[in-house]
Amino acid sequence: MSLQHITLISFGYFDNDFLIRVSEKIQQQLFVKIHIKEGHLDLSDYYDPARRQYNANLLLKQIENNFAVESSKTIGLFNVDIFIPIFTYIFGQAYLRGRTGIVSIFRLSNERYGIDSDENLLLERSCKEIIHELGHCLGLIHCHTSDCVMRSGTYVEDIDQKGSKFCPKCRNEIAL
Amino acid sequence: MSKKISILIVDDEESVRESLYSWFIEDGYRVECAENAKIALSKLESQNFDIILADIKMPGMDGLEMLRRIKSLKKDSIVIVITAFATVDTAVQALKDGAFDYVTKPFDPDDLSHLIRNASKQISLAHENESLKERVVTLENVEDIIGNSEAMKKVLQKVESVSQSNSSVIITGESGTGKELIAKAIHSNSPRKYFPLVSVHCGALTESLLESELFGHEKGAFTGAMYNRKGRFEMADSGTIFLDEIATVSVKMQVELLRVLESKTFMRVGGNKEIYSDFRVICATNRNLKQMVEDGTFREDLYYRLNVVNIHVPPLRERIGDIPLLTEYFIKKYCTSMNKQIIPIDSSALKRLEEFDFPGNIRELENMIERAIVIGNGKKITLKDFPLEKNIINSSLESLDEQEKNHIYQILLKYDWNISRSAKALQVDRVTLYNKIKKYSFKSPGK
Repeated sequence: MSLQHITLISFGYFDNDFLIRVSEKIQQQLFVKIHIKEGHLDLSDYYDPARRQYNANLLLKQIENNFAVESSKTIGLFNVDIFIPIFTYIFGQAYLRGRTGIVSIFRLSNERYGIDSDENLLLERSCKEIIHELGHCLGLIHCHTSDCVMRSGTYVEDIDQKGSKFCPKCRNEIAL
Repeated sequence: MSKKISILIVDDEESVRESLYSWFIEDGYRVECAENAKIALSKLESQNFDIILADIKMPGMDGLEMLRRIKSLKKDSIVIVITAFATVDTAVQALKDGAFDYVTKPFDPDDLSHLIRNASKQISLAHENESLKERVVTLENVEDIIGNSEAMKKVLQKVESVSQSNSSVIITGESGTGKELIAKAIHSNSPRKYFPLVSVHCGALTESLLESELFGHEKGAFTGAMYNRKGRFEMADSGTIFLDEIATVSVKMQVELLRVLESKTFMRVGGNKEIYSDFRVICATNRNLKQMVEDGTFREDLYYRLNVVNIHVPPLRERIGDIPLLTEYFIKKYCTSMNKQIIPIDSSALKRLEEFDFPGNIRELENMIERAIVIGNGKKITLKDFPLEKNIINSSLESLDEQEKNHIYQILLKYDWNISRSAKALQVDRVTLYNKIKKYSFKSPGK
């Protein structure tokens, strides 16, 4: 893989230990150095009061224009509820074969579904989503293999069903 | 899906077109957009699209009018109508005019995936002809099922024959024999392979948790349930649900399960809407369900509902001929994942593995290999890298007759009951071996 490193920029409050564990886990999967950064954005510019959510298309464009660099892939990590106009919510999105993606952990925590908090599960889900969006940046489309991280997941339970690794076919495609 | 499905998005809002475009591109579809009905119709004249997603409210010609024109051009076109201004009347009108379905934006990403999957299913069904249905089936995605022994060949033959059907399957076998892999192989060789294989480890969940896991819950069903949660049955729609450790399910849940398996309908916890899901069920257990039925701990009706086909996965000690292949496979697997060169295994270490009875089956062998790679010298896996001594000492406590009996049986299994090869390995003549087989009342599994 030609990828030299990945930049993970957190927006809003994230526990430092959580970010370190996320980056370590992703590093183990992708064998690429992860740089953690803290980003600052006035999120009110992206807030849609009618939907009480944040516009993911605008956030993605903002990261692409002001935070992404040519030599690496950049993922913006948020903890607010994000949407795109057509959908009620999304977990993340990325430019296919691009350099930027965003992920929100807002709907990834058990508490949102009335279940006991599980930090490890949240970490697992967050890593899967970040790797999934990075996969899109590397040119991968959704995969039908049941445990491939590139399998499409529209509910949090779908994310739990899939694995955190690329299947052999996807690995080959990105020559990982 | 061999042929890429093509989608045309017709919407006057750029942000909607952009959002849908990236969503479908990520899903691997061929996508084009049109900002109004006129452009869409001209595209349709020159190109074929499998699915057309059209907004109703557009300047100029509206979506309903466009739908009528598309239908007059191509009767079989699948048109899904989208609108932010939903009224029952427009929905009914769209469906009357031949729309495949009707959605109100914004919608759940899952609803759209569902709609497109259903539409794709219709398209592929239309394309599928009888000759395709009767094509020779060869097993795919069974790379993780390692084994050349007669016992495993029989299992794979059964996998091949049941995968094309919709029948319920019970996979039995000791813990660690690879029952879940067999379930995966059945699913990935079935017509349901493009849809999810959803696994539920029944033994790991309490009765109330299992209920919520299987059926899902509605937003507000209980304190803290801020969003709807899909149950496993719902997630397995058009796919397969794998219920592992089915014998651990409580009698109350057995009643619920039977009802769902018979009607394929259920309600989410806290919900009042009946949900239909088209799933295939595969179960696994390491217990004797028949015995449990006789003991009254497992419902007989559920047992017969589940046990349409039974596949028994043999324990590793009954397929010791597969140990070298499995060992090689796990060495490759763990060396690759640990970024190490492939390490060879010493022949005496491999021989000792073949003598071990592996109560934990393949899982135990896998763990042993992983451990040996981690703690070994990185050049060769040797006897000292395996914690096998305890087992060898235990077996040495048996009588001489017992030892002879076990040894001959293992050799027969190793050589798939080939008498000449087994006799040669035991360094006895064929007649002696026949006499021993008679003495110990061994029976070839094939007979």
